Amino acid sequence: MTQSPATPPALQPILPTSSQIPLPEAWQPVVEAQLVKEEKVLAWLEIDLNTSLHFGKGLIVLTDRRLLARTGDTPEWQSQPLREGLRLTRRDHAGVGSLELFDATGRLAHWRYTLGQDVAAGRLIDHVNRQLDFVVTGVAPTPPAQAVCPKCETPLLAGQDECPVCSKEELTPPSTWTLFRLWRFARPYRWQLLAGFLLSLATTAATLVPPYMTMPLMDKVLIPYQNGKPIDTGLVTLYLSGLLGAALLAWVLGWARTYILALVSERIGRDLRTTTYEHLLKLSQEYFGGKRTGDLMARIGSETDRINIFISLHFLDFATDVLMISMTTLILVSINPWLALVTLLPLPIIAFLIHTVRERLRTGFEKVDRIWAEVTNVLADTIPGIRVVKAFAQESREAARFRAANQHNLEVNDKVNKVWSLFGPTVTLLTEVGLLIIWGFGIWQISRNDISVGVLTAFLAYIGRFYTRLDSMSRIVSVTQKAAAGAKRIFDILDHVSSVPEPATPVHLPAVAGRIELRNVGFRYGTRSVTRDISLTIEPGEMVGLVGHSGSGKSTMVNLICRFYDVSEGAILIDGVDIRSVPVAEYRKNIGLVLQEPFLFFGTIAENIAYGKPDATREEIVAAARAAHAHEFILRLPHGYDSLVGERGQALSGGERQRISIARALLIDPKILILDEATSSVDTTTEKEIQKALDNLVRGRTTIAIAHRLSTLREANRLVVLDRGSVVEVGNHEELMAQEGHYYRLYQAQARNVDTEGGSDLEAGGEDDKGDRE
Amino acid sequence: MSTTHDFQLHRDAFGKLIFTGSDGEAHEALPVRAFPIGAPDKGIALVDPHGHELAWIDALADLDAERRQLVESELASREFMPVIERIIEVSSYATPSTWTIVTNRGETKLILKGEEDIRRLAAQALLIADSNGIQYLIRDRGALDAHSRKILDRFL
Repeated sequence: MTQSPATPPALQPILPTSSQIPLPEAWQPVVEAQLVKEEKVLAWLEIDLNTSLHFGKGLIVLTDRRLLARTGDTPEWQSQPLREGLRLTRRDHAGVGSLELFDATGRLAHWRYTLGQDVAAGRLIDHVNRQLDFVVTGVAPTPPAQAVCPKCETPLLAGQDECPVCSKEELTPPSTWTLFRLWRFARPYRWQLLAGFLLSLATTAATLVPPYMTMPLMDKVLIPYQNGKPIDTGLVTLYLSGLLGAALLAWVLGWARTYILALVSERIGRDLRTTTYEHLLKLSQEYFGGKRTGDLMARIGSETDRINIFISLHFLDFATDVLMISMTTLILVSINPWLALVTLLPLPIIAFLIHTVRERLRTGFEKVDRIWAEVTNVLADTIPGIRVVKAFAQESREAARFRAANQHNLEVNDKVNKVWSLFGPTVTLLTEVGLLIIWGFGIWQISRNDISVGVLTAFLAYIGRFYTRLDSMSRIVSVTQKAAAGAKRIFDILDHVSSVPEPATPVHLPAVAGRIELRNVGFRYGTRSVTRDISLTIEPGEMVGLVGHSGSGKSTMVNLICRFYDVSEGAILIDGVDIRSVPVAEYRKNIGLVLQEPFLFFGTIAENIAYGKPDATREEIVAAARAAHAHEFILRLPHGYDSLVGERGQALSGGERQRISIARALLIDPKILILDEATSSVDTTTEKEIQKALDNLVRGRTTIAIAHRLSTLREANRLVVLDRGSVVEVGNHEELMAQEGHYYRLYQAQARNVDTEGGSDLEAGGEDDKGDRE
Repeated sequence: MSTTHDFQLHRDAFGKLIFTGSDGEAHEALPVRAFPIGAPDKGIALVDPHGHELAWIDALADLDAERRQLVESELASREFMPVIERIIEVSSYATPSTWTIVTNRGETKLILKGEEDIRRLAAQALLIADSNGIQYLIRDRGALDAHSRKILDRFL
């Protein structure tokens, strides 16, 4: 690598293709020092790894005449003048991208970066290629016509202001004040909650009356009686009826409060569950791929329940407690400030205790929740796979796994309980100590004639309730923490933005012709680049077969066309409109999908056929079933179209299920049809019947079919051969056979397979591939 | 598979590892570990760019020094699994959370998308996948310092 400044090429003009992104400020002086006179920076890429794969910032800069680079390990710059034969390529492996610079003789340099910068690296290569072209040929390249994101240069769509790539990567953690966010769900019931709160307040006030009455009862009735005066019956009746009245009032108010709050609680719970589930359904397939069913079920089920009880009961209880404590304090201070002061002394200590335990309990409860989800996960894993478990006689292993999860649960709970169990008794102890202090101080004050016996009795009665409330307040610590932990897990779902977002300014498609265009489509799943730079146009009504080894990207392409995932690079257009600017549901209405493993929901056959069009008439359902060659076997079932299928339902063969799913696709009359290995899980005879059904389905629709058995794609207008994420060949069977390339080899391999197995025709081949779904 | 390893390896001017088998045919080769986490030094395959296996090496130690060095250097240039030595801080205990960490490859930040991206390996080892899919390894969480352990504990 040359270290001397580059010799400027003969051509000097500066192109309008330079990147609009200014260099990061920290780099500006460093880079400027490297530049020669009139040299202009066109593009740059900050890399975060050095060549030995250690973290360290480096920079690659493209100027109008050369490529400058510095890695994290040395302050020296490497320089490569732009010249003919120079080639910059990128590849990635296990989360690390490599940029390599070659010329005709060998590799000149290579740089490493983590995949966060992969898109930017792609842009750099584009810029380098354009500039190289210009330097070599002297012809100015055409600048990109599309609007691009100013941050990452991803092309923006019509009506899109924010870049989908940049906004997708925004990962802000949810706020710690998660519980306050629950207000969104409590808001519709704010009046009921207010009524509940006022009722709680009134109940509390009513319960504060009786201790106050003990004071005159003691001082005006009992003490005078002990001193020889007769009991004033009228006064006693008055006080006792006052006590009874207060108790009755507290009872009625308490009932009203509990009832109202229970009603509200259930409604909040319902809303929370429905909202979470509805949000969950909108999330992309990517999300479901990464989550476990048991965990999601636990979140929607038990967590929501815990939260709604918290909002409607514990939180209000806590507020009432605080009010009650303030009210009691006021009463106590008004009776005797000194005694009140002594009485309230243990309060800060208890408050401190609550605070210290809070942290430990919260983490503990979060852990308990996660462990609980773990236990559910074991069940969710095993029960659906019970046939495999039994077939391999692994019951004891699965039992051990469950036992281990349970044991783990137990250990975590034991740890939490150690802290938690200490908490209650400590509060009780402090209550007793508090009472002791009042007794001591009160007796001393009585002996000095500062207070009457009645005052001390009233204080003791109050403080009994007072500390009971503190005790229940201490319980709020655990429920708040549990609810906060639950709320966090719920908001984890609610905050998750679908990676297949609805467009901000949707474009509606009145009538779809079915023209699909893929423009430089790239997709990455995690660190693996699954497809790269696929460009393909499918005309309306055309049938295209996707061919290739497993892992070549066929299913990914279908998932991208269905918009189960969004492309990482490039765009997919339907009738010339980017599918990301069409509302998701509206777009998918135009797509009929027949999968390798048809999924039937629990319900009747008619309901299953009408799944995509619930208002379909019986005639339509029968017509669809007829076209799918399913009508006759359905009639053979004891309850015909009303037979129950799905889990716990009528057992159907694979071919029968497939034909029901074809009828389902036929009924919605989609413009685009996708057959993902629709016939590979059935035997040859059944396949022929399904093929007849498919022929009906394909007519007049844009069809994309994936099949391992190449013979099933004979009807296709074109075959697209994929290899390791790229399109390698396109053409019909004869053309591709004549080319003797990838397709030819695939075809030969299948034919050979048939020969060795002694089969008579191609249809019997590829049986070993049948479980393959990429 | 044979353990004699009658193939030749060399690196060409383009930085590629070239495999020449007993039949004299030369292929571009990539070494791949079969058990990168469980048994990194056992079972290494040499595959061609199409993913077809060219040779199988039971253990790296079976190779002579020269070829072993070539394979090891090629592996080292491709493998990237930083080992977390210390967790300095995390932006929040709720995910997604940004962790500032010290690894054997220097200090960096990772974004943890969810707790489920922390995979428990055997015993005390953990594998953490960040939002870009880079895998970070914690060999023994018991051996981390108290501060890191405390942070990590909140996510387990």
